[in-house]
Amino acid sequence: MSATTWQHKDLLGIQELSPGEINLVLDTATAFKQVGERRIKKVPSLRGKTMVNLFIEPSTRTRTSFELAAKRLSADVINISATASSIVKGETLKDTALNLQALNADIIVIRHSAAGASHFLSRLLKASVINAGDGAHEHPTQALLDAFTIREKKGRIDGLNVTILGDILYSRVARSNIWLLTKLGAHVTLAGPSTLVPRVFEKFGCRVTYDIEEAIRDADVINLLRLQHERQRQTMFPGIGEYTAMFGLNKERFTRAKPDALIMHPGPINRGVEIDSEIADCNRSVILEQVTNGLAVRMAVLFLCSGGKPTAGGAK
Amino acid sequence: MKSLIIRQGRVIDPANSVDAVRDVFVVDGKIASAAATSAEEVNAKGRIVTPGLIDMHVHLREPGRSDKETIETGSRCAARGGFTSIVCMPNTTPAADNTGTIAFIKQRAAEAACVNVLPTGTITKESKGEELAPIGSLKTAGVVAITDDGRCVQNNDLMRRAVEYARMFNLPVLDHCQDDHLTADGVMNDGYWSAALGLRGWPSIGEDVIVARNILIAELTDWHIHCQHISSGRSVQLIREAKKRGVRISGEASPHHFTLTDEAVKTYDANFKMNPPLRTEGDRQALIEGLADGTIEVIASDHAPHCSYEKEVEFDFAPFGVIGLETELALSLELVRKKLIGLPQLVEKFTVNPARLLRLNKGTLSVGADADITIMDLDRQWTYDVNESASKSRNSPFHGWKLKGKAVTTVAGGKIVWQTE
Repeated sequence: MSATTWQHKDLLGIQELSPGEINLVLDTATAFKQVGERRIKKVPSLRGKTMVNLFIEPSTRTRTSFELAAKRLSADVINISATASSIVKGETLKDTALNLQALNADIIVIRHSAAGASHFLSRLLKASVINAGDGAHEHPTQALLDAFTIREKKGRIDGLNVTILGDILYSRVARSNIWLLTKLGAHVTLAGPSTLVPRVFEKFGCRVTYDIEEAIRDADVINLLRLQHERQRQTMFPGIGEYTAMFGLNKERFTRAKPDALIMHPGPINRGVEIDSEIADCNRSVILEQVTNGLAVRMAVLFLCSGGKPTAGGAK
Repeated sequence: MKSLIIRQGRVIDPANSVDAVRDVFVVDGKIASAAATSAEEVNAKGRIVTPGLIDMHVHLREPGRSDKETIETGSRCAARGGFTSIVCMPNTTPAADNTGTIAFIKQRAAEAACVNVLPTGTITKESKGEELAPIGSLKTAGVVAITDDGRCVQNNDLMRRAVEYARMFNLPVLDHCQDDHLTADGVMNDGYWSAALGLRGWPSIGEDVIVARNILIAELTDWHIHCQHISSGRSVQLIREAKKRGVRISGEASPHHFTLTDEAVKTYDANFKMNPPLRTEGDRQALIEGLADGTIEVIASDHAPHCSYEKEVEFDFAPFGVIGLETELALSLELVRKKLIGLPQLVEKFTVNPARLLRLNKGTLSVGADADITIMDLDRQWTYDVNESASKSRNSPFHGWKLKGKAVTTVAGGKIVWQTE
């Protein structure tokens, strides 16, 4: 177990974390993963605490994962979605959040279409704020669960070649992954359409290439992203057919990959668009294991941000 | 009317090439050659005395949004900042695209403003960029220029005709340079920080393309287009080259653009959201070079008040704009302290240059001119507390900044409208 201690009440992004802190989350998650494999999948760590899932943008995976993570830690959970809240009546995010604080919520998990929404909340609230995705900015728990999965499968992150393929510009998953993987010593390659993978990303310590086959060839991990239609300008890309033809991971391209290359995807996947359906289901695809690991990682994050102290025998 | 004697200040009056210690006399609201028999004395020893400062880019929000600012509060803000004349933008509700709204603004200014308020009219009806506003009638009603500020006429033919038509009324055309397609839904400069923060980019080229367009239209029509709040280094270069060819083009810079960079957005504080957005360090340096070599001849605040509740939202959803009248002078004097620009040259950008551009009988201490005078203390150290602002709004990126240099007395039309110890 790493010597680092956790000093944050919030998890807003990976950019502000140290490598030691990232490893601490991953180590803590390893302990929590075992909880999910037990007959009684529940520990009392957050008993008496209240977590609010404030999802201003739609989500299935992340919301469910946070809810289940909190429940396994014995917290009380409330789910709020934009369409079922006072936001449709014109209430601002600030007022919604202050109301939740007035109800003594301890942890607020926020998903929002606007970048920086979780930073905004963290300035306003005493409660822990966990970023579950803010616009195109960050999705820290996704990067943590991706790293957890890579570490579990490959035994390390340092020195691995990780290719992130797709719509990088509008992807919060890409940004969080870039920060995390480069901090832990991986070589990150970004590939995809030039309009969606601008060269400015080289300044974050990544390699940018527009040669898809070359990007795939040496990769130990291939992380596929979907086209973020909801955030894109219409001038950015011709369309789905073109994407699949030029950048989709099809069987032919996949034969060029290393035989032990992992296929990852944060979901939701669009079968037959960015990933061939059979590849998504093949034995090198760890897409569903990512989901399983997400639960353990989110338990670790909720635990640490609530002041939990990991112990040598794992979190209790 | 009261008379004044301003004693022994260092008088900087660029229009008359004056930079010397002397007295300034005010009789009956005009600059005079000698004192009246009974006059109030103002000791300006150790202070700088200049023609009253002019800010040709201010949003006063009246009519329509007097919860953000009024002509009265905006003018008090100006007086505190050392400004005796402010040019208000026409993007009110209703827009200043008709003579009635201009008459209203002039009437409110006469009733409530403590400094000169000079209205502008729109270029197009409702600033929609579709049909010309009644530009001739607006001129008759008293506008000093036309602009669709806040928006930009996208139709190049319409812009060409607007400039051709404004020329016959001797009206300068001011333009907010923004290509709507290139900037689309952008909220900050397109570059490293927008990529890091996941915010949509408003690229410099969105400004440059329109500056280039304006240069071509100014050349074709042989009339003056003034490019408002230039933020991009490339735009400075375009204007510099065009001026060398004799094109009637000019540029304006705002203190936030030559003081801050897009890195400031990293906290997602919407008080760093303005249009055009904060740019890179390279752009900031280019703006300062443009100010120093005369390419950019005007400094203006783009004072844009917004209610706190409007700014206390997600960065994407906050309105563009910051207030600036009270911090403008001190932030500009910083350029003088850093020896990037001379003091008389800076004074020009606040006085004679905007006055000439707008054809105003102001910006000078010539005998007979309106007695608009600013007295400043260059050494005064102070901290800007936005909660003490005369503005109705609090959206300043400079709250808490330690500043140096301040207007200590502001005289508009011969009357002291602001004074501090």
